Amino acid sequence: MHELPVTESILKIVLRHAPPGSVNRIVRIFLEIGELSELEDEWIQHYFDYLSKGTVAENAQLVIQRTPIVFQCDSCANAFEIKKEALKNIRCPECGNTRCNLVSGKAYLIKNMEVV
Amino acid sequence: MEEIRLIEVKEEIQADNKAKADAVRGRLMAHKTFLLNLMSSPGAGKTTTILRTIEAIGDDLQVGVIEADIDSMIDAEKIAGAGITAVQLRTGGFCHLDASMVEKGLEGLDLASLDLVIIENVGNLVCPAEFDTGAIKNAMILSVPEGDDKPLKYPLMFTVCDVLLINKIDYLELSDFDLHALRERVMNLNPRITIFKISSKTGQGIEAWTQWLKKAVDEFKLS
Repeated sequence: MHELPVTESILKIVLRHAPPGSVNRIVRIFLEIGELSELEDEWIQHYFDYLSKGTVAENAQLVIQRTPIVFQCDSCANAFEIKKEALKNIRCPECGNTRCNLVSGKAYLIKNMEVV
Repeated sequence: MEEIRLIEVKEEIQADNKAKADAVRGRLMAHKTFLLNLMSSPGAGKTTTILRTIEAIGDDLQVGVIEADIDSMIDAEKIAGAGITAVQLRTGGFCHLDASMVEKGLEGLDLASLDLVIIENVGNLVCPAEFDTGAIKNAMILSVPEGDDKPLKYPLMFTVCDVLLINKIDYLELSDFDLHALRERVMNLNPRITIFKISSKTGQGIEAWTQWLKKAVDEFKLS
């Protein structure tokens, strides 16, 4: 639902890393997006294709890697990965406590990109 | 064949928004003005809760409101009609507020004369959870008619909030809303959240919530 502003940021950042003269074209962009983020991969690509027209990033492919959701037990401080489907019932695998805090899972990172 | 090179970027996509949010917090700190970001679904009772809260605060704090709406002025007119300083932000189709929009909203308010600014975010339990607005605390409203399964559907929202207001509690007996199940689901995702049961219609629970808010503002002013 908020793919557009996120995609605008992606384009702005990659263009900053592709100064004219040194980069002719951006081929692929590698992103890390947290599993907990509601962004739709397909829509990010659609918006990117639209926004990047006429820039060196035109036709670049976005490769999105989903990074895991990590919670930490409020009692024993054990940090553990959890699948999105398992969020309905979070339980510390060490001590069984059900009071846990989110540590990561909503990251948005541009890792690197392939250029020619 | 052109040779493909790899360029390391390693940048947070939200870095600009994060920097802007920190700048907003810096400005709030300088004026000792507390900013509360209030989020919920459409129809959960954000505007009515804001009106009730400000009424209960009385003369203890000077309050301003930033109203965000996709494309209408109805809420801002309601707030201004009650004699409260309000700024309207039209997000122009955007589903959430980000820090630069909030910064614009704050420019329309005289921060030096305000102790508390409440943001009425866009009605939506998904997108606002992903954008730092620069607020000091985040609060959300879940109303009884929406059902007790919302933490299962929108977990991120429940993890980013400091306070949960369960509104329309006067409707509880007419519904199959399971308060115990809701509490368990919320605490499972965020054990440090503070929960208040309120009815913005009858005024039930507003006093306790307002006391919490006043204390949070006082602590911020002393920090």
